[in-house]
Amino acid sequence: MQDLQTRNQTFVAHVGEGAAGRTARTDDWWVEPTLVAVGLVIFIIYSTWAALVGNNYASGPYISPFYSPLIKIPGLEWISPAIFVLWVPLGFRGSCYYYRKAYYRAFFWSPPACAVSERPKEYQGERAGVLRWLPIVHRWFLYLSIIVLAILWYDAIRAFDFDGHFGIGLGTIVLLVNAAMLTFFTFGCHALRSLVGGNQKCFSCGMGGDIRYNSWKIVSVLTRQHPMWAWLSLYMVAIADLYVRLLAAGVLQDPRIF
Amino acid sequence: MSDSTTTDEKVLQLVVNRGEAGDERGQDVTYEIPRVKGMVVLDAVLYAQGHQDQDLAVRWNCKAGKCGSCAAEINGYPRLLCKTRVEDLPADKPVRVQPMQTFTRIKDLVTDVSWNYEMNKQIPPFTPREDKEWRWQQRDVERAQEMRKCIECFLCQDVCHVIRYQRSNKPKFAGPRFFVRTAGLDYHPMDALDRAEFLKKEAGIEMCNVTRCCTDVCPEHIQITDNAIIPAKERIVDQFHDPVKKAVKGT
Ligand code: SF4
Ligand code: SF4
Ligand code: FES
Repeated sequence: MQDLQTRNQTFVAHVGEGAAGRTARTDDWWVEPTLVAVGLVIFIIYSTWAALVGNNYASGPYISPFYSPLIKIPGLEWISPAIFVLWVPLGFRGSCYYYRKAYYRAFFWSPPACAVSERPKEYQGERAGVLRWLPIVHRWFLYLSIIVLAILWYDAIRAFDFDGHFGIGLGTIVLLVNAAMLTFFTFGCHALRSLVGGNQKCFSCGMGGDIRYNSWKIVSVLTRQHPMWAWLSLYMVAIADLYVRLLAAGVLQDPRIF
Repeated sequence: MSDSTTTDEKVLQLVVNRGEAGDERGQDVTYEIPRVKGMVVLDAVLYAQGHQDQDLAVRWNCKAGKCGSCAAEINGYPRLLCKTRVEDLPADKPVRVQPMQTFTRIKDLVTDVSWNYEMNKQIPPFTPREDKEWRWQQRDVERAQEMRKCIECFLCQDVCHVIRYQRSNKPKFAGPRFFVRTAGLDYHPMDALDRAEFLKKEAGIEMCNVTRCCTDVCPEHIQITDNAIIPAKERIVDQFHDPVKKAVKGT
């Protein structure tokens, strides 16, 4: 070990030469982190605005996913009801294994892309400060998100109810697609995957092996697609909110399909 | 040899970053290589070695992407020389090859990867279970089999930013290759050990920030981050950090 230590210390750290963003790569490596940063910033700006305005969140049988469940606390009516809901998806996505990759690369440049240098610093990774809590709290946000998801499915089903009559509007489809995409995202969570089958050395050796193996297989498919569902569901939530908002503001009319 | 960078359909400009031991920055040397349809970058390097510079050092063995010897960086990206086709690279630029940057140079494209073998020795070895019959089903070994596809090219170690830009982390961070090997042992149905504590304390797995470059470069397409690292991080949370789980287990 001593020998290893000295060898590593005498190594000249020439890669990156002490600065960030240095690389011998000749392709457009900066495109991906830039797109990710832009995609996240646009969503953050829109969702912050939509959460804070506190109006136009319901129309007919529809309610915006940002405001569901609608929580109004007596005496605190001046606070937008979205604030009491949005900390759950925010915490869930903020601690998600995919989003961690996305923002470590795009915002923290740690690293900006593969084989592109980062700022030299005493690197601790996810051992440092608050980062060490991310994998720990992620599973708790998962449990809370499953509850919120159930509420969004309830909203999607209620969106068939037009004053006591069954109907389908464009908004019904929007809320259904939203709930479905969020389901695919939530059930691909790495913490869920480990919960259902990850800790198992041998599926055939214990009780319930079949159930665990099969559910682990299903979750694994969604986990493989996790980045895709992360983006689709993120933007679908914003689209659903925007659609309800435009209906409520009278800018759009909801086309009835049935 | 020439330093022109003009393009010619029949001639490939191959730039090799050369140097002796200790010369980490090296020097770029350009070779003109006849383009042959279907050639890989290793063909070009071997042509330069055979026809122009006999002392150009490069390590290779199988030329079939299975021995892991020819790992290097092509146009700055970690790849196997023998698995990278010249026609898949931009035709209007020279092809530039440099040695893996995370390891010290021995000569030219050959690096000293012995740190990896030292790390490997620290992993608690396979320890057979005594209490079970040695029978299992395919579904029990799938996960271990994926980990055993590794050809030890060390491209994942090379690209990992934890050690690439912070060499002093090497003694405390085993690197993705050894998270893969440890996972292969832990997933074996007849293995008696749980290496979560080793991964946390000795192997420094929490320094990984799941940015997935190891997975991106792996020539065997092992899902290193999803299937080796993240499940290990989850087990570490189970065993060491989750207060709810701890309370439930009564520990
Ligand atoms: S995912 Fe982790 S181990 Fe793999 S390259 Fe990134 S930091 Fe290194
Ligand atoms: S895990 Fe993949 S990249 Fe890493 S050493 Fe093995 S084959 Fe190479
Ligand atoms: S890992 Fe992305 S939601 Fe859990």
